[in-house]
Amino acid sequence: MRAPDRFQNDVEIQWCPECPNFGILTAMKGALVALNKNPQEICLVSGIGQAAKLPHYLRCNFFNGLHGRAIPVALGIHTVNPELTTIVTTGEGDCYGEGGNHLLHAFRRNPNITVVVHNNEIYALTKGQGSPTTPVGEFRSLQVRGVEMTPLNMLAVAVLHDCPFVARGFAGDPEQLKALLVEAIRFEGMALVEVIQPCITWVRHPVSWYRERLRPIDDTHNPEDKEAALRLLMGKEGRFIVGCIYKGPKRPMFGERFRQKVGLEPLALKGFPDASITLNLLAQFKNQ
Amino acid sequence: MKDCTIVIAGSAGEGVQTIGDVLADTLSAQGYAVFTWQEYESRVRGGQNSYTIRVREAPLNAPVIEADILLCLNPGAFAKYVPRLKPGGILVAEEPHLDGAIVVPFKDKAKKELGNLIYANTIAVGALTGVLGMDRRAMDGILERHFAGKGLEVVEHNRKAAALGYDAADEACRDACPWSFPKRDGSYYLVGGNEALPIGAAHGGCRFIAAYPMTPSTGIITYLARRAEELSIFCEQAEDEIAAINMALGASFAGARAMTSTSGGGFALMVEGISLSGMTEVPVVIVLAQRPGPATGLPTRTGQGDLLFAIHAGHGEFPKAVLAPSCAKDAFHKMVRAFNLADQFQIPVVVMSDQLLADARFSIYDFETEKAVPISYLADPGRFEVYRRYAVTEDGISPRLYPGQSSHLVTADSDEHNEWGHITEDLAETAPAMAAKRLRKMEQMRKVMGAPEAYRTEDAEDVFCAWGSSFGAVKEAVDLLREESIPVGMLHWTEIWPLPHFSFPEGVRLWTVENNRTAQLGTILRYGYGITFSAHILRNDGLPLTADFIRRSYHEST
Repeated sequence: MRAPDRFQNDVEIQWCPECPNFGILTAMKGALVALNKNPQEICLVSGIGQAAKLPHYLRCNFFNGLHGRAIPVALGIHTVNPELTTIVTTGEGDCYGEGGNHLLHAFRRNPNITVVVHNNEIYALTKGQGSPTTPVGEFRSLQVRGVEMTPLNMLAVAVLHDCPFVARGFAGDPEQLKALLVEAIRFEGMALVEVIQPCITWVRHPVSWYRERLRPIDDTHNPEDKEAALRLLMGKEGRFIVGCIYKGPKRPMFGERFRQKVGLEPLALKGFPDASITLNLLAQFKNQ
Repeated sequence: MKDCTIVIAGSAGEGVQTIGDVLADTLSAQGYAVFTWQEYESRVRGGQNSYTIRVREAPLNAPVIEADILLCLNPGAFAKYVPRLKPGGILVAEEPHLDGAIVVPFKDKAKKELGNLIYANTIAVGALTGVLGMDRRAMDGILERHFAGKGLEVVEHNRKAAALGYDAADEACRDACPWSFPKRDGSYYLVGGNEALPIGAAHGGCRFIAAYPMTPSTGIITYLARRAEELSIFCEQAEDEIAAINMALGASFAGARAMTSTSGGGFALMVEGISLSGMTEVPVVIVLAQRPGPATGLPTRTGQGDLLFAIHAGHGEFPKAVLAPSCAKDAFHKMVRAFNLADQFQIPVVVMSDQLLADARFSIYDFETEKAVPISYLADPGRFEVYRRYAVTEDGISPRLYPGQSSHLVTADSDEHNEWGHITEDLAETAPAMAAKRLRKMEQMRKVMGAPEAYRTEDAEDVFCAWGSSFGAVKEAVDLLREESIPVGMLHWTEIWPLPHFSFPEGVRLWTVENNRTAQLGTILRYGYGITFSAHILRNDGLPLTADFIRRSYHEST
């Protein structure tokens, strides 16, 4: 029996009251229910930051690791047990800043995992410093004269490197986000979903400021058109584009060749090798 | 029969390693106990490198510097390595650099008689087999194995090349070369450290390795990657060492035995991950193959400068084990031991290798693989009505399941957490109870850590304390000094942290003998056992400790 609240737990939520992160949590739970998943089939992986606390608030398996390092942990989990639905929940500071290198190489690897990046354009847990996506000129607690560095357009980078599923949602619209997450989790290959998650404590713009500026993708956009996807993201309003932006050509997934040879079962079930295997390996070192 | 040591010297790219491997394999196939070690520069072409082969009837897996036979592939190699030639030793070279040298123009002969410079190296090995008084056909089988992939014709040309070299040397050697290595019926495995470590890992049930290439550790993942599917071990070249250890932790969390391997600089990047392993209680095995630091240091040289770093790696207080294998056979066993300890105590385990152990090849009569038994400490999900990943227990060990194994949910948290793995700020009860639970494991570990190996300590007045790959050299030094009627002995540690319960012999002078400058084992032993050392024998010039170095240093200090 799968009760609708099977992902509910009683852990006290540490986010600020009314934080848009609650919308992402609702959308995530809704997506998992819509996908008819059970808690034991899910493994959430996160690093550090407000977004990275999400796994604590959703009843499932989880690994809440180090700042920036959710993706490598997720790769290890997914490789060993591809039967688990492995989802990274992270913020832009965690995933584009501290752990940016891992994300770049994840695009190359194309693992069958979903990466959900809560983008609030600020370091919220450490009280308001600039983040990799803070727009130029905005003031943050450390950038008292305004941010000088160009914000990262990571979705464009993802498209450029053929991350095969690239989308953006809005935390203020959990229904639309749920639909995107359902599609992302179902997708075979790496799915990157960035979520506009306005910070209501440190940033001056209210949620409505973002809502007014959203640019939902219309039906005329063909997500298989890489150049069109890049044009959307690199345009003046690129940071406000929401919807399914890019679906790249099918390419081999991380670990696929290995799995074709050794089977799909979790590596934990492989047990210990037969002693004869070791003796055969050693026999190659006897010179005759 | 006495030792014979052959040094092959030449530039990177000239085939020093191929010549060394073929000769070592040939001697091994003839039934001799061979030990080889290498020292080389951090470059792919040029420079001058050496490959040393020590050959005996009974194994003595310890490096020596001085050469009975020196093969130089170019004049620069002669200039650099001639100091290593013993008085009365034989030089083999293309030019008569010394009186009495065996002159074999390898390159000329290869070009003129076989039409291809590529055979020069095989002519050189052939010459060495002649100098050593081996059977003229001794190399045939080895050449076939080395070159079978390149076709019959190549094998045949190599045999001809070997015979050419052999005959040239044999002629020049009359009355000059005292050696004779006829086939005998010894039978040894000739195995390198970077082969024994991955084979031990595979035997120990490793299913996942992620690593970033770094000398001298790279051979470990390379060995496994070539057999990944055959052994069902997933091998991944990570984008950096931080990714490597975090991938391994993810894999281990998911229920597979997992490891990574690196050298000092990469290990430094992994340190936060080691602390994460300590906090999340996710087992992981890290091979730390040392080279001299700090920073990039001497990238291709050997040393034992990272012991204290390994013991102290990771912020916060948590249990961790540090092992240091003594030789290739021990490397095999210690990998199985490392995986068992990591699994049993849910901790990071560091296995200390170094460039000497990594690149040296050891003659092993019997690996005693039956004594290396992997044991799984994963819990049975059926035992639990309600499962709490971090249940507080008497011995500090919380039963471990993995996600997807059953309907029980499994968590890992780098924050201080409660029994369910959720973040806690409860400073009154939960946080201190969790910290205490983790540290209780340390006491359990001390009870199972192996004591040092004692050698000739019963009547010793001076006892050398040593660790890791210097085992062979220190043991040989004890024998050399004993031959001079000096009563010395050795205590050798391979399970260093946490320090095992151990009583030192009384009334002896303790020495620490290490391949570093600050006596790091000595520091740990002083701290752990409250002992004092009378003297140190230390070497940190990038070369390995040898018995002769230790013997000479002993005399200089007394």
